Amino acid sequence: MDTPANIPVLSRRGFLIAAAGSGVAFSFLTACTPEEAASTAAAYEPTQWYAIDNAGIVTVNVIRAEMGQHVGTSLARILADELEAPWENVRVRHVDSDPKWGLMVTGGSWSVWQTYPLYSQAGAAGRAALIEAGAAALGVDPASCKAVNGEIVSGGKKISYKDIVRKGGLAKTYTPEELGKIALKPVAERKLIGKPVTSLDIVEKTNGAAVFGIDAKVEGMVYGRPVLPPTRNGSKANSVDDSAAKGVKGYLQSVILDDPSNTVPGWVMVIAETYPAAKKAADLVKVDWTPGPTANVSEKDIQANATKLIAKADAGSVLPTGNTDTSAAFRAAASSIEATYTTATALHFQMEPVNALAFQKDGKWEIHTGNQWQSLVLPWLATALAVPETDIVMRTYRLGGGFGRRLNGDYAVGAALASKAVGKPVKMILTREDDTKFDSVRSPSVQKMRMAFDKAGAVTGMEQHVACGWPTEIMAPFFMPKGEKDVPFDPFAISGANHWYTVGSHKVRAISNDLANATFRPGWLRSVGPGFTNWALESFMDEAAHKLKMDPVAFRLKLLTAEGANAGSAPNAVGGALRQANVVKLAAEKAGWGGQLPDGTGLGLATSFGQERDMPTWVACVARVNVNRDTGAVKVEKLTLVADAGTIVDPDGALSQMQGASLWGLSLALHEGTEFEKGNVKAMNLGAYTPLRLADTPELDITFVDSAEAPVGLGEPATTVVGPAIGNAIFNAVGARLRHIPITAAAVKAAI
Amino acid sequence: MSSFKINGKAITVDADDDTPLLWVIRDEVGLTGTKFGCGIGMCGACTVHIGGRATRSCIMPVSAVEGAEITTIEGLDPKGEHPVQKAWQDLQVPQCGYCQSGQIMQAAAVLKDNPNISDADIDAQMTGNLCRCMTYTRIKAAVRQAANAMKGG
Repeated sequence: MDTPANIPVLSRRGFLIAAAGSGVAFSFLTACTPEEAASTAAAYEPTQWYAIDNAGIVTVNVIRAEMGQHVGTSLARILADELEAPWENVRVRHVDSDPKWGLMVTGGSWSVWQTYPLYSQAGAAGRAALIEAGAAALGVDPASCKAVNGEIVSGGKKISYKDIVRKGGLAKTYTPEELGKIALKPVAERKLIGKPVTSLDIVEKTNGAAVFGIDAKVEGMVYGRPVLPPTRNGSKANSVDDSAAKGVKGYLQSVILDDPSNTVPGWVMVIAETYPAAKKAADLVKVDWTPGPTANVSEKDIQANATKLIAKADAGSVLPTGNTDTSAAFRAAASSIEATYTTATALHFQMEPVNALAFQKDGKWEIHTGNQWQSLVLPWLATALAVPETDIVMRTYRLGGGFGRRLNGDYAVGAALASKAVGKPVKMILTREDDTKFDSVRSPSVQKMRMAFDKAGAVTGMEQHVACGWPTEIMAPFFMPKGEKDVPFDPFAISGANHWYTVGSHKVRAISNDLANATFRPGWLRSVGPGFTNWALESFMDEAAHKLKMDPVAFRLKLLTAEGANAGSAPNAVGGALRQANVVKLAAEKAGWGGQLPDGTGLGLATSFGQERDMPTWVACVARVNVNRDTGAVKVEKLTLVADAGTIVDPDGALSQMQGASLWGLSLALHEGTEFEKGNVKAMNLGAYTPLRLADTPELDITFVDSAEAPVGLGEPATTVVGPAIGNAIFNAVGARLRHIPITAAAVKAAI
Repeated sequence: MSSFKINGKAITVDADDDTPLLWVIRDEVGLTGTKFGCGIGMCGACTVHIGGRATRSCIMPVSAVEGAEITTIEGLDPKGEHPVQKAWQDLQVPQCGYCQSGQIMQAAAVLKDNPNISDADIDAQMTGNLCRCMTYTRIKAAVRQAANAMKGG
């Protein structure tokens, strides 16, 4: 972190950029000249994932976007540990889009989980090659050599990586098959993984140097602000009257965007010499639109449609959860319970409103923006601009919050089309209100839960029916797996419901709410499906326990027995449901489950496996809440969380993800939520939309289970458990069962 | 035309009187550490010091700062080592980092006015700065650590 990132850097191509991660990417300029840095001739590149230059600097190529998870630090440490590279010599380069990187996406809490095997092998391969080359240089047998902290050592002799690279001739590269066979270090010899580290992106985020998408600039650019149509989909701009805008100093023109990709239908872009001028002018531009068909849709309409769809037995897709025929269990049941849960529309409200800088340079399109899924938006851009994907490069900047909003890069299309229309670089920034109106919100949801019991009170069957908007169906249908009868489903709108409890027959039905999909572009929001499926599931588990007059913790443990498919499997889910039972027990113990509490105060527990069965992060939370019986106001006093995420690569980074994710869960449960009204969300800015603030932050007690199992994700799991833990705690405090998120004081008071 | 001092340097800019100071700082002066968040003064990402007071620059017209002394995150400390910045680094407060310039400027002003800050004061005076990554636990701890450091404790 030697070179301030706000100093524009001249790249090889000679245009002015202040690129993604430039603070880190270009900081090796202090170790060598720009010419050397740009040259790969002197460097050794065992795989495309990193290079070691002739100053011994290891530059790790990272395809994941930096949005607060310190992902470059976590991923580079995996590689550097196996490579035996000194940490101070490691640099991170957040790369531009290129087909050679494969799928470029940052989401799903996948980054460490997916990258860990690849980078471990890549690092180990470089170590093996350096040992071979070092042994030759020292004139010793490679078997006598060890790689230690950037040097190859044999008895009293040694040579540094830097000197090996300087000698040249090191050209060994590895195919993916060869990488798969490389032996990794024993766990006991790890030096970086699991050890404390200062993340590489911290300092630049305390002195104003970090460069975000909104800070991108290029010579000759003009500013754009869209005038958004009355409906997200299907609006057509017929004409524009900009006579009032012409009085704004710096106003240039307004353009109806022609979008062959149909990503930003009905957009008008207002162009000006400065952003304040574009902002002011956009307020004065009058557009005549033919609105899309959803101009009068309300939240109530969307939820009524969900309820109607759930009632249709043949709607949706049934997940392959083993025995999905629950009819016999319910027919024979001695007793059963049923409940319906709902969640309201929720906004991303990432701090940095979406923005993008687009321009053409040397026949190629450049899109400078913060984005989480470059591979998804590139085809949209290609269709919109009518050029091949190979003529577009995306330069990814720091994200002022992702949380799933920037998985959907629709905003980039607006900037690109505007640049094409005016023939100049266009820097487009949405105001907060624009950003909210154009958000890919978390769809409201309706969920129907059922459970059957036999005479002895054993669970014999369970159903969860979930209806909501489906982001993956709308934006990435190729990502949809198939359920029974080959009916596809959106995994990110249902995951969580396919839980690890052993419940006899188990039917999980995912239903796409077509009215939601038509009204807005449903978004992936931090913790995706389990953010609402687990609200219903874990609230309902408590309801079931209370019906049976069982302790909710004991009830869960009775069902987390790791039978059959719930036994888990290598490499990611070793131990299965028993590891979930373990975090439940630990969280309950730590929080003093079963102890005496003052009147109006209660503990509630909830648990989950994080995001997906293929990559379970076992997590449990106990919330301690105090409820004011007169007003219904809920104060969360403490959250106790225990997570088993396998190997923890970056302990402090892992802790900060758990802190942020758990408070997201709290915020969604008590502080957020809005509703659709006349085809758009009602709460457009702070004041109306009220995320958690510092003064309402409870005490957090977070523990990780010590584990050497495969590392899994941590960005989202904690979000999934806090809401239901709070709901269950409210019930235990005052006997009020809440079945809607957000939980309001009025709803609590009404339920008491 | 407006003239003021920013980070100790005299500046004259040619912007309409009602132009928010935020955009003058970012696009005319070229200091981009100060961020745009809500545009209505309710998130705090745009916080700078005007005459030593923490101020939301997104709702401050440039005409209102004529002759004023403005400090941005870039000018808080010549080496970026203000006790608040050091505490933020030490406790690794930032996640995405977008709100943190504003958080740090808010905390620096608050601690200057109130060196013996109580926990309740921290809650009350930092709660206007939204952090969407929800780094609040660390912000509280870092303000406390900086307060101790500034008192020489």
